[in-house]
Amino acid sequence: MRESTRAEKLISMCYLLPSFVGVMVFFVAPFAQIIRYALVDNPIANNFVGIENFIKVFENSAFRRAAGNTARFSVMAVPLAVALSLLLAMLLEAQIPGKSKFRTFFLSPMMVPVASIVLIWQVIFDYNGALNGVLASIGVTPFDWMKSDYSHVIIVVLFLWKNLGYNMILFMAALSNIPKALLEAAAVDGASALRRFWQIKFRFLTPTLLFVTILSLINSFKVFREVYLLTGDYPYEDLYLLQHFMNNTFKSLDYQKLSAAAIIMGLFMALIIGILFIVEGRLGKDVEQ
Amino acid sequence: MTGELARKTKAPLTLAERRAVRARRRRAIRIALAALWCGVFAVVFLMPTVLTFANSFMTESEITSNYGAVFEKNDQGGKKFIAERVNLKLIPDKVTFSQYATTFLKSPDYLLKFWNSVILVLPIVVFQVAIAALAAYSFMRTRGRIKELLLFVYIFVMLMPYQVTLVPNYLVADSLGILGTRWSIVLPGVFAPFSVFILTKGMRRIPYSLIEAAKLDGAGEWHIFSKICLPMCKGSLFSVAILVFIDYWNMVEQVLIMMPDADKQPLSVFLSQINTGEIGLAFAVATIYMVPAILLFLYGEEYLIEGITYSGGLKG
Repeated sequence: MRESTRAEKLISMCYLLPSFVGVMVFFVAPFAQIIRYALVDNPIANNFVGIENFIKVFENSAFRRAAGNTARFSVMAVPLAVALSLLLAMLLEAQIPGKSKFRTFFLSPMMVPVASIVLIWQVIFDYNGALNGVLASIGVTPFDWMKSDYSHVIIVVLFLWKNLGYNMILFMAALSNIPKALLEAAAVDGASALRRFWQIKFRFLTPTLLFVTILSLINSFKVFREVYLLTGDYPYEDLYLLQHFMNNTFKSLDYQKLSAAAIIMGLFMALIIGILFIVEGRLGKDVEQ
Repeated sequence: MTGELARKTKAPLTLAERRAVRARRRRAIRIALAALWCGVFAVVFLMPTVLTFANSFMTESEITSNYGAVFEKNDQGGKKFIAERVNLKLIPDKVTFSQYATTFLKSPDYLLKFWNSVILVLPIVVFQVAIAALAAYSFMRTRGRIKELLLFVYIFVMLMPYQVTLVPNYLVADSLGILGTRWSIVLPGVFAPFSVFILTKGMRRIPYSLIEAAKLDGAGEWHIFSKICLPMCKGSLFSVAILVFIDYWNMVEQVLIMMPDADKQPLSVFLSQINTGEIGLAFAVATIYMVPAILLFLYGEEYLIEGITYSGGLKG
């Protein structure tokens, strides 16, 4: 591509301007303020306290519980989200009849608003709900799923229900990009199905695998919606997530805590995104046509 | 010796045949198994949606007798006759539109909340896509180190979860004095960089020679943008609009923090606060809330899939 002229650059800037101003004003610039808030004792006295606010957040038991629960949820949900969506994509690859219908079915939960489905989840997982009804008939004592050690499992199920379709589409696109000739040649040469999967498919899938992992991790922070709509402001303590912590901190208008917590989480996400960029840069060269 | 030779010359044929038969049989079994699994998954994926839909056509008394055990246990009043156990049912005893009639005629509350959702989501979708299309055009027309850095910033902001981005959004809304109003949700939504990212990818696929040719013919930038780039990106524009729509039709986090005033809240937050006596109504309202999303899905599935595929991978 040739160099753009000065006039072109100027006009091009005009097209970018509305978006640029908006992103700067609403997302980027306030971070200066957030950093300032995080480093002082209160917005009026403005005494510099260094990393004291960060230490306070780390020592805060609510933050710890929220971070722990969120991490525990993500560790359970993300690998399952990746593995199961790959499985779905491969099932559809197997040239089953009605493939596009099944694709539609698997994708449909992503379009269904969480709020619309919450009633059914309640009917299923309530103490007097359908699941306990079935279990009681085989002799299991009923218990309140949303207030038990299994509450995480339920949320993982809801998360998978909603997110598998999206991931599956990404994997289907990646699978269709694998050169068929390569797979056929390997089959002719007598490579077993397992070997063809690991040696060929898996290598081509790795960038997508990584992207889906990060995407699922980011989406796993949105599971608050399901938890909130099912259990309200005060969930069972195992389901107290980072977003609950942020909501409560907003309510108390503790700007110092809020800012420090946002920076901690932002840095953590930046680390993950950075890894994504680096690994994608490396792998991208490997498989590009 | 001759016998062995005969067998040897014959053997490869039968072996190949047998292999082919076995391979075909194995393939058939594999496809049957895959189809079976797909069927099981399909039931699980569709069940909640279908149940909600089916339940919206039941009478209030049927809903109460089916689900009363779940939703009425907090009632302090006298004992009601309700089923011991929940009874998940797919087909109503009597199909009725009474819940819908009640929603539309007697419960303006829900319609108001539905309207709240519409007036929050519609401007976000329209303006986010419009502003993003302009920005994406800019990212496509001129490239340079600063542009690439800026695109990187956009992607960064896009990937940040609400737990992080809501803090800057809140501070700005506070200093603009729009906290608690619809603007505090619409404005950050309008400028969210998600669409810019996807549309930039879409526009960068337009062959550059096309734009060069238009320039040689004396076309101005606006002409190139509106007459060449927008029509060529129709698919990605539509898919971005669907993705943005479903994300905000589902909004919860922003509303809780920016707009605690229940009168202005969208249905996505309010539906869970339904009264115990109105469960049947809730199913009808839940179904009504699904309809726009489902229709978009059915009409735009191909675009949606295209949009999702575009979102895979961070490079243009």
